[in-house]
Amino acid sequence: MTTRLDTPTAVPARAGEAVSCWLTVCTVERLLPGRGAAALVGGTQVALFRLADGALHALGNIDPFTGAGVVSRGLVGDRDGEPTVASPLHKQVFALRDGRCLDDPDVRLPAFTVRAVGGDVQVGLR
Amino acid sequence: MTEQSVTQQGVNHLVVVGNGMVGHRLVSTLRARDGDGTWQITVLGEESRPAYDRVALSSYVDGASEQDLRLDDAGLQDDPLVTHHLGDAVVEVDPGGRRVTTASGRTLGYDALVFATGSYAFVPPVTGRELPGCFVYRTLDDLDAITEAAAAAVATTAPGRRSAVVVGGGLLGLEAARALRLLGLSPQVVEVAPWLMPVQVDARGGALLHRLVSEQGIAVRTGVSLTGIVRDRDRLVATLSDGVELDADVVVFAAGIRAADGPARACGLPVGPRGGVLVDDRCRTADEHVWAIGECAALEGRTYGLVAPGYAMAEVVADRLLGGSARMRPEQLDTSTRLKLLGVDVAGFGDAHAATEGALEVVVDDPVAGTYAKLVVAPPSSTGDASTLLGGVLVGDASRYGALRPLMGAPLPADPVALISTGGAEPDASALPDSAQICSCNAVTKGDLCAAIDGGAHDVPALKACTRAGTTCGSCVPALTRILQQQGVELSTALCAHFDHSRAELFEIVAGAGITSFSALLSRYGRGRGCEVCKPVVASILASLGTGHVLDGEQASLQDTNDHFLANLQRNGTYSVVPRIAGGEVTPAGLIVIGEVARDFGLYTKITGGQRIDLFGARVDDLPAIWRRLVDAGFESGHAYGKSLRTVKSCVGSAWCRYGVQDSVAMAVELELRYRGLRSPHKLKSGVSGCARECAEARSKDFGVIATEQGWNLYVGGNGGFTPRHAELLVSDVDSATLIRTIDRFLMFYIRTADRLQRTAPWIESLDGGLDHLRSVIVDDALGICADLDAAMQRHVGSYADEWAGVLDDPEKLSRFVSFVNAPDAPDPTIRFVPERGQAIPAPAPVLLGVPEVSAR
Repeated sequence: MTTRLDTPTAVPARAGEAVSCWLTVCTVERLLPGRGAAALVGGTQVALFRLADGALHALGNIDPFTGAGVVSRGLVGDRDGEPTVASPLHKQVFALRDGRCLDDPDVRLPAFTVRAVGGDVQVGLR
Repeated sequence: MTEQSVTQQGVNHLVVVGNGMVGHRLVSTLRARDGDGTWQITVLGEESRPAYDRVALSSYVDGASEQDLRLDDAGLQDDPLVTHHLGDAVVEVDPGGRRVTTASGRTLGYDALVFATGSYAFVPPVTGRELPGCFVYRTLDDLDAITEAAAAAVATTAPGRRSAVVVGGGLLGLEAARALRLLGLSPQVVEVAPWLMPVQVDARGGALLHRLVSEQGIAVRTGVSLTGIVRDRDRLVATLSDGVELDADVVVFAAGIRAADGPARACGLPVGPRGGVLVDDRCRTADEHVWAIGECAALEGRTYGLVAPGYAMAEVVADRLLGGSARMRPEQLDTSTRLKLLGVDVAGFGDAHAATEGALEVVVDDPVAGTYAKLVVAPPSSTGDASTLLGGVLVGDASRYGALRPLMGAPLPADPVALISTGGAEPDASALPDSAQICSCNAVTKGDLCAAIDGGAHDVPALKACTRAGTTCGSCVPALTRILQQQGVELSTALCAHFDHSRAELFEIVAGAGITSFSALLSRYGRGRGCEVCKPVVASILASLGTGHVLDGEQASLQDTNDHFLANLQRNGTYSVVPRIAGGEVTPAGLIVIGEVARDFGLYTKITGGQRIDLFGARVDDLPAIWRRLVDAGFESGHAYGKSLRTVKSCVGSAWCRYGVQDSVAMAVELELRYRGLRSPHKLKSGVSGCARECAEARSKDFGVIATEQGWNLYVGGNGGFTPRHAELLVSDVDSATLIRTIDRFLMFYIRTADRLQRTAPWIESLDGGLDHLRSVIVDDALGICADLDAAMQRHVGSYADEWAGVLDDPEKLSRFVSFVNAPDAPDPTIRFVPERGQAIPAPAPVLLGVPEVSAR
């Protein structure tokens, strides 16, 4: 498996999809624990989250309720133990593990494959 | 014009004469109980307004609207069985023909007629009582006229204070005096009896009341009567029986009421010796088809000027009309009163004057504390049983009224002296029998409340809705809370799933235990990882306690997006930027810089309601550059993004305005710079007006300041928004230093004790004792915490630093202001603008909902 530095045609792999290679987006240090940041993977906006325990999660950054690229700016937390992020616009809560909206069963964010390798955050590509 | 009531078989026609609180209660009760629709109802009202809460009449001057005071009539408006004819008084009743005729000539037949005409204000027969400037204090129209006259008096430029004479020192007279003071006049109360509120309190209580009321800036003359009024140029001169002449711009008669029994008298119905339509304990007059309820009724010869007996009469008549056998019970004629205004607490209940044969009086009179308490008890029986409570008087502190009044007629649970001594025994509501009346306005007993709680009413609003307890004067609301607790209902104050504590409790924990981080607080007092509710609350508490820049260390992860980017998130993911323009004062050079920044960054520009300028459409990655330009020009963050002080709006004040009496701009600037950056449970807004014309709309603010000739009046608890509220007067005529010290304490006490997202108005309402309690804490230092509050504010003022500059000076913080971590300069492609009236606004959002999954490609 190779590591790519950048490509305008990259498509991030959904959680569960096969990963053909990895794209380094930033250092782990660059992500504030308990906070998100947006990254651009090809043409896709990805919201990256680093939790206080070190776990990394990646979801789509576009808030499905408004179309604004703001999911990475939401507050993370948990609901009954499930790690979550709340959209900063209208506070709908999404599960970080799979992108399900916990306040609306008909809505879901894409969840992407992400890992930390050698101090770098890498997003899996198709 | 004759209207024949079109009634179906078995449907009777009821005419209710009068649309006050009692008439309204009759109609709503009858409609609620008459499920089969056996009565068709026509209400004839003299006033043209829908029924309103006359008990709360004075709050109209505090800013309550007619809408706020309107009685709940949602169901009646659309009820096909209820017809209202308002502004059409009854002029004639023909009991023989069972017909009424109104002023407009309307004639209606009836099967039953209920007089609920209430009363009219008694005006003593003195010369000059008809002069312009003389009013009674009875209806909203009266208050409108008084407000207009007071405003005209205040607007004149003649030297001297504008003043008012209130004739009558009873409950209504004192309310009128307070209202006139709020309207900017100096009131003088004239009472013919030797002391104030002679019906409710005794001589010693009245003497203390006199002192306390005088201290509130209301002059009182007792034992004298008004003998005449004459016009002197544009003002009035009121002459008293002792020869004193009082100048006045307004004279208000509040010297008692008389039953409005005119139509009943005219048709030959017997009336009581002191007025009122004579009724028996069924509230029926001498005519079997005619009833009378409320203040116009003389129940077995006596009239009652309070709403509670009137409501009870309405319930009795409703029951009788439906074939029931209800009668008035003696306890429903309770004339207990609790009055709280100007910070003076007064209550009288039961046999306050110890008129009962052999009654004993137990008195605790503390002139130093300014409290007087008396219990009237029956003489102890020979068997040595506990004394029975007959009545009492409380002046200066009536906090025990709610606990004592239900004990009337019952053996006292403790030594009577202990029950009225400071720090003495507190009567326990759990010891009350089910028959004890908790809400005297609506005759709700403890048993009724317990039944409602068993039926699922598990908080105060639910109890109010299903029993009506606490919906009239509100004095029993604390008792409702206690009874809920005693019935085992837990009122949860948990902040969220992660903390069982309320915001106020967390504040005490953080401050008391010296906790400086969310993770430390969560690990010791909470559970889980936190959420979008508790994180910003704790961030705000930490910021209120002054723990450095809001984006330092872990705190950065707690801030809601607005606080995280120190700007206001808009619907398309861009932010708006508001530089501070303290007091709304800005130099031309400053305005030019703001204009240039907006132009250079393509920002949509709008003037805000808080006298500053909002720049919309900034991308995250543009924010630092925008701030750099603004900070270099001397601007700083306006904290439009924070739950913190927003603006202190001002009028131009004495510096320019020919009416201004103080420098409102200088005060607004000083206040805004003092409290800038102060994090609080909700946003805080303020305003300063340079005179009583109130151009800065200060009374719609959380804390509003209005200049007076002598100094400043401070109003607290106002807001706009979904539930607009006028601020209420906290202190008056104070100097600048006292004003600022009082605001310091108000804000710090609010920050420490309010709930999450609770604005100042509901916070004050939630305090047991409301505004008076607040005043006792922050003005009289009743809790001994003022030094603490002062020191806390001093720390805030001393540690303030501009949050924008704090980011610009810190490369690590600056690095977060990028669109994408791996492409810091790539613009977010979802942000698109369209032109509108010469500026850029967000393009309409794409329709996304209904699509199960979205990923921008």
